[in-house]
Amino acid sequence: MSARDFLLPDVGEGLVEAEIVEWKVAVGEVVVLNQALVDIETAKAVVELPSPFAGVVTTLHAGVGDTIEVGKPLITFEVVDEANAPVESAPAVASAPGALERTAVLVGYGVANEDSAPTRRHRRQNVASTSTSTSAIAPEEETVVALAPRSTPPVRWYAKQHGVDLATVRGTGREGTITRADVDAARGGSKVTAVASATSGGTSRFIGRDLAPWESGQAEERIPVKGVLKSMSEAMTQSAFSAPHAVVWLRVDATRTVDLLASLRQRPALSGLRLSPLTIVALALCDAARRFPGINSSFDTAANEVIVRRRVNLGIAANTPRGLIVPNIKAADQLDLVGMAGAINALVDRARENTTPPAEMVGTTLTITNVGPFGVDGAMPILPPGTGAIMAVGQLAKAPWVVDDAVVVRHVVELSMSFDHRQIDGALASQVIAHVGEFLRDPAPVLIAG
Amino acid sequence: MIGEELIQLLTPEGQRVHHPEYESSLSGEEIFSFYRDMVIIRRLCNEATSLQRQGQLALWAPLQGQEAAQIGAGRALEPNDFTFPSYREHGIAWTRGVPPADMLRIFRATTNGGWDPQRYRHSVPTVVLGNQALHAVGYAMGVQRDGAEEAVMTFFGDGASSQGDVLESFVWAASFNAPVVFILQNNQWAISEPSTLQAKIPLYHRAHGFGFPGFRVDGNDVLAMYEVTRRALENARAGGGPTLIEAYTYRMGAHTTSDDPTRYRIDAEVEMWKHRDPVERTKALLAREFKVKRPAFDEVAAEAETLALQLRDDVLAMDAPDPITMFDHAYAESHPLVEEGRREMMELGVSGARS
Repeated sequence: MSARDFLLPDVGEGLVEAEIVEWKVAVGEVVVLNQALVDIETAKAVVELPSPFAGVVTTLHAGVGDTIEVGKPLITFEVVDEANAPVESAPAVASAPGALERTAVLVGYGVANEDSAPTRRHRRQNVASTSTSTSAIAPEEETVVALAPRSTPPVRWYAKQHGVDLATVRGTGREGTITRADVDAARGGSKVTAVASATSGGTSRFIGRDLAPWESGQAEERIPVKGVLKSMSEAMTQSAFSAPHAVVWLRVDATRTVDLLASLRQRPALSGLRLSPLTIVALALCDAARRFPGINSSFDTAANEVIVRRRVNLGIAANTPRGLIVPNIKAADQLDLVGMAGAINALVDRARENTTPPAEMVGTTLTITNVGPFGVDGAMPILPPGTGAIMAVGQLAKAPWVVDDAVVVRHVVELSMSFDHRQIDGALASQVIAHVGEFLRDPAPVLIAG
Repeated sequence: MIGEELIQLLTPEGQRVHHPEYESSLSGEEIFSFYRDMVIIRRLCNEATSLQRQGQLALWAPLQGQEAAQIGAGRALEPNDFTFPSYREHGIAWTRGVPPADMLRIFRATTNGGWDPQRYRHSVPTVVLGNQALHAVGYAMGVQRDGAEEAVMTFFGDGASSQGDVLESFVWAASFNAPVVFILQNNQWAISEPSTLQAKIPLYHRAHGFGFPGFRVDGNDVLAMYEVTRRALENARAGGGPTLIEAYTYRMGAHTTSDDPTRYRIDAEVEMWKHRDPVERTKALLAREFKVKRPAFDEVAAEAETLALQLRDDVLAMDAPDPITMFDHAYAESHPLVEEGRREMMELGVSGARS
């Protein structure tokens, strides 16, 4: 075995540094050639780096959020020395010559084919020595995988950081894999068991963690401001104290939306989609932006300009195990009902599974926060920085409603929308919320026309 | 006449489609060899992307998603036909017999070319957008004057279609009835610009305006690509003049390794195109109609894997050339200014004393 460094490459033509977004391997992990190691963010893009070696990770030279220079060590591996590797050919090689002969039947191959073929055949034999260095590692890796409970490298790393033994964790992810939330639960759980006899109180989620129960927790607990909490606190402070917020409210009879969704859910073609009132609100808000582009604007203090955008990147506030994040759907104004439902589902799934790519977190122009599932009627949301409006959707519940001077039971929902009063006035905000309300009141004509 | 329809012989599900004018002439054996080409070039392309991410290539332009457009067109060529690629035509290079390692030399910046164009009847990559269309038409006019029975084919994308070079080449090709086939791979995105923004009419309609036929082919259907290209090449060789073939396809990956497509296009679109995958539909046809079994597919995958590892070895073994060699091919013959530069560089001592 010998140590090999993987130096941070220039992945984009002239870049000098990159930031670590996420490690996909941990120290001690056996990796194969081209296995995903890490996501890095450069000035140009977020890219995944594949492993140039097969071996064992011995050192990660930077942490998440660190910036490292191109050409500096990123990871150190222990690799099997090729000289010591057995010189048996890999099974993959055996079938190759036969396959090559099949080129004889090809139509339109160049005349040079015949004399290039021996060259290829000669080269192919060299492959054996390389591929064995990979296969020599493989049995070891299989053992590791067989003994460890199913999880993903970031989760193993997370568990290790927090001193959680994965063998003691029950996986609730797909096919029983252990998720980050399971690790969190195991951490919270062990604390709770220690005091379980003393109290009947459960735990409460707060900024991405389980708080210890009232009676047993510390009298004063201090939580470091970092990660999602840090982003949330900075964004909200910046927005609340730079953008003058104003709010409009509207109560809407959404019975036809409820009926329409019920009938759409019956259609076999749409059965895989999780259609919800949120889907309709998202379509409605995009439609409103198309009609009133001013709502899709932001105030650029530095340039002393207002930016009107004719493309909606629709932010959806998502409650995740780590806390509140607001990923966005790019070009949401281009989506139809099916596209929007699929995009929202995918966005929310990624947020919950903690796989939201960084690109999805930037460039929001309009936002929806769906507070209905929490059982409240409405909210006065704070604008994500750099956006002009955010709509809150309250719970959809049966309520008395006046139709033709008679009180009847209808499905009613309350919409509220905060807006940046520097550039958006109450008249525009009212037109937008009224448009969304009308869409919910009678969605069919718009959906069919659009 | 302007055809209004997408020419397709194979659906995304691998079902054959009847077309009034085109019919697949390929045997099961031939279709299997097309499949093999597509699997291999996809695997080699992925290896090249990995090599770039590992710092072994300066840049790479992935072709993933466009395998059928290239293999179908490339396999329709006769040995003496000549091809002028852009920088993404690895599939064409493969059908011309260019060794995979040679395709990567220019991306490792160890050469200005990579192979002998005459040997493979395939020009070296042109990075200047659309330039190669003029080269191709010029070459085709030469073929015409030699009275040779050869066709010329050139490749560019939807973005390059907006370039003056491409449009000028259309004018010349039409005026001289040059034996050239233009393969326009419309992969929907000119880096971050959607093709619909640059072309207000379907791109293949443009040919009509210049006075030669244009067709839109399902670029993810290797059978249709092969048949339409083959007929266009035959037509060119027989003196019938130029044809534009718009291969309607999709770039599944980034424009190049310096690009991050998640910044400008939505996942839903990529997901939709995944269902139109060129390799999977060919595999489905082979399995159902020709009863090709899993071991045969596995064998192709294993062969692709072996070639990928070989490609890696070959690339890692490539040495940087002596800087002095940059003067070697500036002109075909000796030139006083170039010789002066060569002398000055040797005097600076930045390179080995090779003369």
